[in-house]
Amino acid sequence: MIFDYFRIAFGNLTRRKLRSWLTVLGIFIGIMAVVGLVSLSQGMENALLSEFKKLGTNRIVISPGGAGMGPVSGSFSAAKFTEEDYGAVKDIRGVDISVSIYSKSAYITFGKETKQNMVWGFPFDSELLEFYKTQSMFDIDEGRLLRPGDRYKAMVGWGAANELFDKKMKVGSKIYINGIEFEVVGIHKKMGGVTGAASDNMIRIPKEAARDVFNEADEVGAIFLRVDEGYEVDDVAERAERKLRKFRDVNEGEEDFSVQTSAQVIAAFEQVLGVVQAVLVGLAAISLLVGGIGIMNTMYTSVVERTREIGIMKSVGARNSAIMMIFLIESGLLGAVGGTIGVASGLGIGKLAEFVALQYDITSLQAYTGFPLILGAMLFAFVVGAIAGTFPAIQASKLHPVDALRK
Amino acid sequence: MAKKRQKAQGKQGGASQKKLRPMVIRLKDVWKVYQMGEVEVPALRGLNLEIRDGEFVAIMGPSGSGKSTAMNMIGCLDIPTRGRIELDSQDISQLSESDLAQIRGRRIGFIFQQFNLIPTLTALENVMLPMTFQGMPAADRKERAIKLLDMVELEDRMHHKPSELSGGQQQRVAIARALANDPEVILADEPTGNLDSKTGSIVMDFLKRLNCDEDKTIIMVTHDEDVARNAQRIELLRDGVVASSSKGNMGQLPCPEKKG
Repeated sequence: MIFDYFRIAFGNLTRRKLRSWLTVLGIFIGIMAVVGLVSLSQGMENALLSEFKKLGTNRIVISPGGAGMGPVSGSFSAAKFTEEDYGAVKDIRGVDISVSIYSKSAYITFGKETKQNMVWGFPFDSELLEFYKTQSMFDIDEGRLLRPGDRYKAMVGWGAANELFDKKMKVGSKIYINGIEFEVVGIHKKMGGVTGAASDNMIRIPKEAARDVFNEADEVGAIFLRVDEGYEVDDVAERAERKLRKFRDVNEGEEDFSVQTSAQVIAAFEQVLGVVQAVLVGLAAISLLVGGIGIMNTMYTSVVERTREIGIMKSVGARNSAIMMIFLIESGLLGAVGGTIGVASGLGIGKLAEFVALQYDITSLQAYTGFPLILGAMLFAFVVGAIAGTFPAIQASKLHPVDALRK
Repeated sequence: MAKKRQKAQGKQGGASQKKLRPMVIRLKDVWKVYQMGEVEVPALRGLNLEIRDGEFVAIMGPSGSGKSTAMNMIGCLDIPTRGRIELDSQDISQLSESDLAQIRGRRIGFIFQQFNLIPTLTALENVMLPMTFQGMPAADRKERAIKLLDMVELEDRMHHKPSELSGGQQQRVAIARALANDPEVILADEPTGNLDSKTGSIVMDFLKRLNCDEDKTIIMVTHDEDVARNAQRIELLRDGVVASSSKGNMGQLPCPEKKG
């Protein structure tokens, strides 16, 4: 029986093709916008999360100043760390490997050009060297890693070597950092992505050399801790925070430093992305609402036009519920067809954006095409259609057969 | 077999034997008052009407006599303001719209002046529609619809839409549709009103055969005296009550023979 109602409803929709398609268009645009935006923002979130996961979730970053995203924020803050702060936390229980680095913006001269760029001073002893070798951000494309004993030598990220200057750097190139000559001994592999982009642009030099360049005796830009297996990252982070609070003599809540675990950084990113996503989808939902109103309008018109038919169907035994069902199926179909086309084109737009982004080496813009999104969007479109059709359908079903037949 | 016997009785015995058959429809002091703004306009003023099983009754009357209102009442399309309407001794004057729909679908077949076929559906689908609303399985529906279209000699036109059929053909589709759920009563509202006299008489022959061969009770509303004379009995309505009652030609003339 329900199939027959579908057949009747479908016949009514195809009777007025142009109007049906225009109505479908309203839903189609709304769903396309929602699906496209969700697909891209979800894809971006997934890509970011997997990048973070690749970096490892057992990291703690301690930087001077208030809470921020990693060590960079520390360089803008008035509060500073010294090697003594590092000494206070490097041996706390649960810490496997610890690194204190010094980073600052410097003038880099290569050939005839001078550019401003971030320079990072890393400590290089044989134990840390083994650790660095396991990190993808230290993968070498050309040349070699810095090693203990190097002084005015530099490792350059792929971007800094190839894109920062008109001329490309090679192993053996000479660069000047704040006027001091360095020899490029290694060029890193390209990382790409959002987290990798920062690394690609870094110039890494031994920490002792950085002290000479920036003329800072024992300042520390940031402290990285890797948590040993078997310890909770959060516990270690809390211990480090307590220790540092005591060492720097500040009260809880008034810290002039921040301790962030990988999980917290991920959560912060997710939160920002979540807000962006909500705003975008909210805007797209408005167009979907307009599409729904379009369906309602079409259905009201349809009820008025088909009043006589409703009377006929009632006279041959259609109950109110049957009439209502036919009209609901009609509006639901409008929604579902719009939803199907909208999902397909939304995913198409997502994939297109992904493709275009790839042409510009942006790998983090990946369209998410998961089943829940597809099914959810189509179901949503059908529901929008059915809800928009509810009032017209009730109106149709309540028509009095005698009045309806007289039309 | 039973039908054959009844038919034979009807032919030989005429009206006197038919009177013994049970009452199908009984209107008792039926009032219908329409509210036109401040004014109450009565369309029926205590109408009394009795129709027995197997009868062919014409309801006549000038416009404003209440014959359309009376038809709506008999067809369960509307309920009276006051009074009692019985269908097979069941009081239907207080039923809800959905219950009335159910009764209409099963026990009454409508034939309208405007044919009133659904324009998007084919002839076959139009005939199947009343069975759809009764939840009959699709295969049974189709089989019966084809049989009915065959009966009105339109089996070669069953996949045509109403717009591709002539007026007479559309009305025959409507007759087939009226018979879909094998109702006891066929209610025809000016069935030949939109047809020329030739196609009109073909349609009228179909109606007469339904009464003779299928033993259906037929109630026909018309303002045309010639058309009304096809019935056994003519009830003349005036000002919402029966003004006079007379005999028609039906029962005195033989049933029309099936053509072809």
